[in-house]
Amino acid sequence: MKKTALFGSVTALALAATGAMAAEGDTLKEVKARGVLNCGVNTGLVGFAAPDANGNWTGFDVAFCKAVAAAVLGDATKVKYVPTTGQTRFTALSSGEIDLLARNSTWTFQRDTDLKLDFIGVNYYDGQGFMVRKDLGVSSAKELDGATICIQTGTTTELNLADYFKANNMTYQPVNIDSNAEGEQQYMAAACDAYTTDASGLAATRAAFADPENHIILPEIISKEPLGPAVRHGDNNWGDIARWTLYALLAAEEYGVTSANIDELAKSSQNPEVQRLLGSSDDLGKMLGLDAEWAKRAIKAQGNYGEIFAATIGEQTPIGLARGLNAQWTQGGLMYAMPFR
Amino acid sequence: MVDYPGAASPPFRLSMLIYDRRYRSLTIQAVVFIGVMLLASWLIDNTLRNLAIMGKTLSFDFLFRRAGYDIPQQLIPYTSDDTHLRATIVGLLNTLQVSILGCISATVVGVVVGVLRLSNNWLIARLMTVYVEVFRNIPLLLWILVILAIFTETMPPPNAYRGENPAASMVMFDMIAPTNRYTAVPSIGMSNPPGVIALGREGISWALIAYAVVLAAAYVAHRLLRKRAKRIQDATGRRPSTLWISLALYLVPVALLTWYFGLHLVPPVLKGFNFAEGLNLDNAFVVLWLALTLYTGAFIAEIVRAGIMSVSKGQTEAAYALGLRPRRTMSLVVLPQALRVIIPPLISQYLNLTKNSSLAIAVGYMDLRGTLGGTTLNQTGREMEAMVLMMGIYLLLSLIISGGMNVFNSRVKLKER
Amino acid sequence: MSQTQSVAFVRDSMLPPEPPPTRASGAILWLRENLFSGPLNIALTLLGLGILWLLFSTLWPWLSHSVWNANSMAECRQIIAAAHGPDASGACFAVIKHRWNQFVFGFYPVDLYWRPVLAFGSLFLALAPVLFADNPRARRIVIGLAAVLTFLISAVLGANGVELGAMAVLLLAWVALIEARRDWALLATLIYPFLATWLLWGGTLWEPAMVLAGFVIGFFVWRALSAYGMFAFAAAVLVAAFWWLALSDIVARGIATVLPMRLTPVTSDQFGGFVLSITIGVAGIALSLPLGIILALARRSDLPVIKMMAVLFIEFIRGVPLITLLFVASLLLNYFLPPGTNFDIILRVIIMVTLFASAYMAEVIRGGLAALPKGQYEAADALGLDYWKAQRLVILPQALKISIPGIVSTFIGMFKDTTLVVFVGLFDPLKAMSDTIRASFEWKGAYWEPYIFVGSIFFILCFGMSRYSMHLERRLKRDHR
Repeated sequence: MKKTALFGSVTALALAATGAMAAEGDTLKEVKARGVLNCGVNTGLVGFAAPDANGNWTGFDVAFCKAVAAAVLGDATKVKYVPTTGQTRFTALSSGEIDLLARNSTWTFQRDTDLKLDFIGVNYYDGQGFMVRKDLGVSSAKELDGATICIQTGTTTELNLADYFKANNMTYQPVNIDSNAEGEQQYMAAACDAYTTDASGLAATRAAFADPENHIILPEIISKEPLGPAVRHGDNNWGDIARWTLYALLAAEEYGVTSANIDELAKSSQNPEVQRLLGSSDDLGKMLGLDAEWAKRAIKAQGNYGEIFAATIGEQTPIGLARGLNAQWTQGGLMYAMPFR
Repeated sequence: MVDYPGAASPPFRLSMLIYDRRYRSLTIQAVVFIGVMLLASWLIDNTLRNLAIMGKTLSFDFLFRRAGYDIPQQLIPYTSDDTHLRATIVGLLNTLQVSILGCISATVVGVVVGVLRLSNNWLIARLMTVYVEVFRNIPLLLWILVILAIFTETMPPPNAYRGENPAASMVMFDMIAPTNRYTAVPSIGMSNPPGVIALGREGISWALIAYAVVLAAAYVAHRLLRKRAKRIQDATGRRPSTLWISLALYLVPVALLTWYFGLHLVPPVLKGFNFAEGLNLDNAFVVLWLALTLYTGAFIAEIVRAGIMSVSKGQTEAAYALGLRPRRTMSLVVLPQALRVIIPPLISQYLNLTKNSSLAIAVGYMDLRGTLGGTTLNQTGREMEAMVLMMGIYLLLSLIISGGMNVFNSRVKLKER
Repeated sequence: MSQTQSVAFVRDSMLPPEPPPTRASGAILWLRENLFSGPLNIALTLLGLGILWLLFSTLWPWLSHSVWNANSMAECRQIIAAAHGPDASGACFAVIKHRWNQFVFGFYPVDLYWRPVLAFGSLFLALAPVLFADNPRARRIVIGLAAVLTFLISAVLGANGVELGAMAVLLLAWVALIEARRDWALLATLIYPFLATWLLWGGTLWEPAMVLAGFVIGFFVWRALSAYGMFAFAAAVLVAAFWWLALSDIVARGIATVLPMRLTPVTSDQFGGFVLSITIGVAGIALSLPLGIILALARRSDLPVIKMMAVLFIEFIRGVPLITLLFVASLLLNYFLPPGTNFDIILRVIIMVTLFASAYMAEVIRGGLAALPKGQYEAADALGLDYWKAQRLVILPQALKISIPGIVSTFIGMFKDTTLVVFVGLFDPLKAMSDTIRASFEWKGAYWEPYIFVGSIFFILCFGMSRYSMHLERRLKRDHR
């Protein structure tokens, strides 16, 4: 019996020891060892992240996952997309199920501090809006007193909505939904008078309707919703990789580096910033624990920020979002990449 | 492991821990116990280390912070300024509401269907069989989604009731308006309200207390009346009819109170976007309730059928032979015996229903999982604490239900002599 | 009543004889007896007819206008409007026809569809020796059908020549084995889970094979040391654990370099639809039965510590909703494991579903154990059988037989519960798949058709299981007479 107990405790200790040896919080090493980036995305929001008929994920957020995978693993297809709902996304990240959350999540104080997330930047400046059917005869959110409103639970929009109606001394009836698909179903059936979520999401949803012309997005934007990818708090190196991948995509647009001309520019560009970005001079990648061409691969994967925007949610797509605040700072927008130096 | 008195126990040796049956059981238990403890300590140690790495601490402080979100269905007053704790309680009450109402209605459906399945009527028996088989063999989630879709897709939106020539019209004497958001039903108004006892933010109307007192008094009087009837029956063999007096005992005072308070129905009126004045039964609740009722009802119907069939026909025949009428045969002979078979599986159906109410997630009904395990968990990021608390509450609920039903079960159980 | 009665409820004189009943026969008699025998029955019949009419009148126009060939919801509506007038509504089953592969296979790679088909087809081969042990006719029908259908479906779904050839050899060999040597076929049944794992997830054969090898090694250690009683079991567990933890990976890699036996790996996020449901369901069923038996025995054990632990475990699991356990699997399980460990979400869900089902299973089997007459236990003791032999040879075969209905209904319940995995982000056929398909531009607004399709398949599978259990129950009941 003694022997059994001894063996038992030895086994347990051995298990604990192997656990302890696994590097703590070294996401980069884990991802490289795994060979796959686990990326948390929306369960299905056309334009941002949605699987097509063959299960291939496409969209604005998906493109960022691909860029990070290309930078870290050298292959943009080495991504495992983990669909998360508004409720499961942060826990999925903090429990380590995903390495990176690219699911149009709003950067807020509490999420950054108390939820132990690190937002690595903003890839879409958004605001919460309302969509109503035209025949409702409503032209302003101020007229929504007493309305029934569809709202995704577990989002900042839920809190904003409560605050907005309280501040304007109005009442509303929330209809709680769990996913965009449900929200669409309820809204289409007129089970709610208005559907509220980020304005980009509204545009994406409206674009998918059979009769988009019968629905209007109200002019009021009731909140600031800086949407950005997030990583776990505490692993600064991994956060840096994600952050600078985003900046690389932004900088590429600023300097006119596209997926089409990138190979050429890598060889011939005289712009020192472009040279550093594409790894032709100074090995910036090394400082991140990556190789010199990390940014080049990231940009090549799906194109620069502008290309991604245009291909997934831009004005040429059914979603039809204008760049607006999300234009480069040189064009009057807020997109501003920190210098690569 | 019976120790025989008189058998001299040999002196203890270490090897007896393994080879002697008396000690071996101790050894096995000790090993298993140590193993489980090791496993548990390993898990706890991991958890603590993981939390430390993430920089989180275990703390239930978040319960006392402002919740900030609204809950559509609330039994006690709640605003977004209240704490997460109150939101949790609102959620718990919603869980209890749908569970209790679900248990009651599922039992009614189950008993009716179970009895009808045994009916002589060929058509009804077949129909009920189809109902039971279809509902038992398809996931509850599908029923919830289908009923939700029926409500949202086929019911008219509230504004269909608007205008001179509305697309939809209210049913039941313009009293009930089914819509794809809620069913608007009349609320009860009082023209002579007796006031309210304030208990914090909730209030209990004196009218409610008056009704409760009157009904309790009527019940006591009814019991006395039946006792008297039994006495007379024992003495003379004839039982005086008590039905009308009993009915009067209950109905007259209630009618008087209703007249005194001026109770009347206030029909729902369309105001702005939605119906007001009346009571809006939220579809999320109605859908979940209906789905739980129909699904669990199918299971209960099977239990009831099996229970009735387990009472052998001889029992009924014997009761008839004694001259008992069919109704008394049912209530005095068949049901008590059938209940013994019915109650234990019924308990587990009630437990299942309570646990299945957590599928409220599919319709957006804010039950315990929706508040504590959903929005609160997500807004505060305290998944560990919220999940532990939620599982603890569900566990407690289950224990209370099974405890209560077990007491009832022991009362109907066959007293073996 | 005219006659005198001395006591209220005793009749003391004869009633006058009634006239003989009128003779009637045929349909009218049947109708009168079964549908219109009294006022209550007439009312019920009318009510039943009313319900039928209501169902028929709402559903029939919709179903009869079904469209099976279209590329989008809008096209469906156009076709219906053209054929039946602008206001007609109709079912658009074209969505099923268009996307059936997603309902069934999820995002499984199209050219690998034959693998799940083979895995689930051979499930019948694995089960046949157990389920139809003494009914050769049924067994031959089942295995024949399973083998032929598996082969044909795979061929239709585009398996290539080599794959079909290997499949044919495997299926034929297995069928021959079942018919020729039943005891060996049972061994094949034990190997089946590992084969299915390999087929479903791909990768090298040697990984599941080495896990299996651990069991085999453990078994042989136990056999070799069986003279030492308890030690043998402990040693077997330790040796197997050592094998899995330290050696199996190295050996698997070693063999794989020599003889790869690799199938294209399929990751868990590509699982979806019924392949996911059936994978979780079958794995849960296979694992929860033995676990349930152990838990039931532990709960009836004489050893207080073991009994207490079993009670705590069972009551805890039965006291919380499955959905919370699934959330634990997806959100909290990583907290309980050493930092940095992360394993497959499907595996985590299977573990939770298994634990959940095993607690229910334990209660069902405990009921069976309790229903067994005490004489059986005493007789086993009187024969001098030790605890495990008594359980294995006398108690369990009878107790399990009694609990078959309960066991099967637990299986059915668990299979239905696999739809709940949608709430942890897996693509179950019912909600996640339908939502995904509805999210695309073409199939917006297709609510009823996916529900009807998925519901029918669930119904067929669950109803089949329950009918089989009733058949089994009847057959086993006859033995007791």
